[in-house]
Amino acid sequence: MWQWFHKLGSPKWFFGIAGRLMPWLGWLALVVLSVGVVWGLLFAPADYQQGDSYRIIFIHVPAAYLGQSLYVAMAVAGLVGLVWRMKMADTFIASATTVGAGMTFLALLTGAVWGKPTWGTWWIWDARLTSMLLLLFLYLGVMALRGAMEDPDIRARASAILVIVGVVNIPIIKYSVEWWNTLHQPATIKVTEAPSMPVSMWAPLLICLLGFHLLVAWLILWRMRNDILLRERRARWVREWVLAQ
Amino acid sequence: MRSESRVSVHFAAGEEGWLRAAFETVRREWLVAFRNRQDLINPLVFFVLIVSLFPLGVSPEPEFLRQAGPGIIWVAALLAILLSLNLLFRNDYADGHLEQWVLSPQPLALLALARVAAVWVTTVLPLILLVPVLGVMLHLPAATGMVLVLTLLAGTPILVLVGAIGAALTVSLRGSGVLLVLIMTPFYVPVLIFGTGAVTAAAEGAPITGHLALLGAMLSLAVVLAPLAIAGALRISVSNG
Repeated sequence: MWQWFHKLGSPKWFFGIAGRLMPWLGWLALVVLSVGVVWGLLFAPADYQQGDSYRIIFIHVPAAYLGQSLYVAMAVAGLVGLVWRMKMADTFIASATTVGAGMTFLALLTGAVWGKPTWGTWWIWDARLTSMLLLLFLYLGVMALRGAMEDPDIRARASAILVIVGVVNIPIIKYSVEWWNTLHQPATIKVTEAPSMPVSMWAPLLICLLGFHLLVAWLILWRMRNDILLRERRARWVREWVLAQ
Repeated sequence: MRSESRVSVHFAAGEEGWLRAAFETVRREWLVAFRNRQDLINPLVFFVLIVSLFPLGVSPEPEFLRQAGPGIIWVAALLAILLSLNLLFRNDYADGHLEQWVLSPQPLALLALARVAAVWVTTVLPLILLVPVLGVMLHLPAATGMVLVLTLLAGTPILVLVGAIGAALTVSLRGSGVLLVLIMTPFYVPVLIFGTGAVTAAAEGAPITGHLALLGAMLSLAVVLAPLAIAGALRISVSNG
């Protein structure tokens, strides 16, 4: 277990293992997402209230879920980076920031498109929408800080501190906004109780959720590999690898 | 027996050293502040300017001002604090003072806390003292003005403490004014919500103790955790040298 953990600190080892994993992840993501999206968009029953417009849920919920969980994953990576000074932790933060911001933006966009037919407005200052918007601002803040710093070591530690401070504040922000204003329907799938949706609706949603996870894993590995090449561009193994291509 | 007594004496001396260091930090901060009076006045002018833009830009109707006034004052105070925090560690970083802080035997978090407290007194307290005047200009009832001052007293220390983390992270970067606003504004949302929420509740005749209690809870959390984050961020920025 510890040996595996130490290997994670080696860019060369990680680059190789990520390169071998990526095709599997990519094809699996494509297959699972196709199954989930086609099932959800074509075969799942229409909602008795919202009609076909609810079908955007198959994109909206996975994007929102990943937008939130990627920030927490970044904070864990930040802690690992601060404690063990692991290079890969910062590479992960660099990659996950962009992907997480993209997912959060996608959730806001699909939410706006969904809100128009169901609530009659593109945007409303509801608790969940506002906290997703603030989450996007948190991501943009991390990106801005990283963009302003040149020294990779300083950048790694500074952004680790910022994401850790952010993750401590996220519950406070979330509950203060929730207390402030709520209109959004409560979460559809909860771990603790049976979902309020019929199986024919939540089964494709779960498949889409899995597919999005695979896709995000693939995207992050892809970006991490690019980041490693950029960072280690002076190392000999990178030159050999590039020449071999 | 002997070694034990020596340890305890040493401990007492150390603790005295801590207090003394914190006290000296506050004293130095105040001396510097009163010798650069313009730096004290600038945030105040900025604060009044931002507030006076709203009657000009939106509407001078007393009815509108009475409704929007507390929010306007809170947002203006928030921006003024962010703007002045940009200078919080700047000169100390430039003249090498921060490096001495990091090397000093006293805990860096304690020095940071003392610094933040001193800054709150010199830059934020005058701002709060101005609020009753601005309240009259925005046609706020006296009772609302009092509640507003109370929420600002409880809320602005949180803003300074949390903002100081960002100031410490960005101190080594050139032209980081906008950067600090970008990074820190999302963290200010809860304080803004409960600060203005208390004023709205008071205007409707509802009790405000809940809001003040939540602000107090956030303040105690910030007092305990923020100095540690500030110290960590300062160490990173100093190693950038």
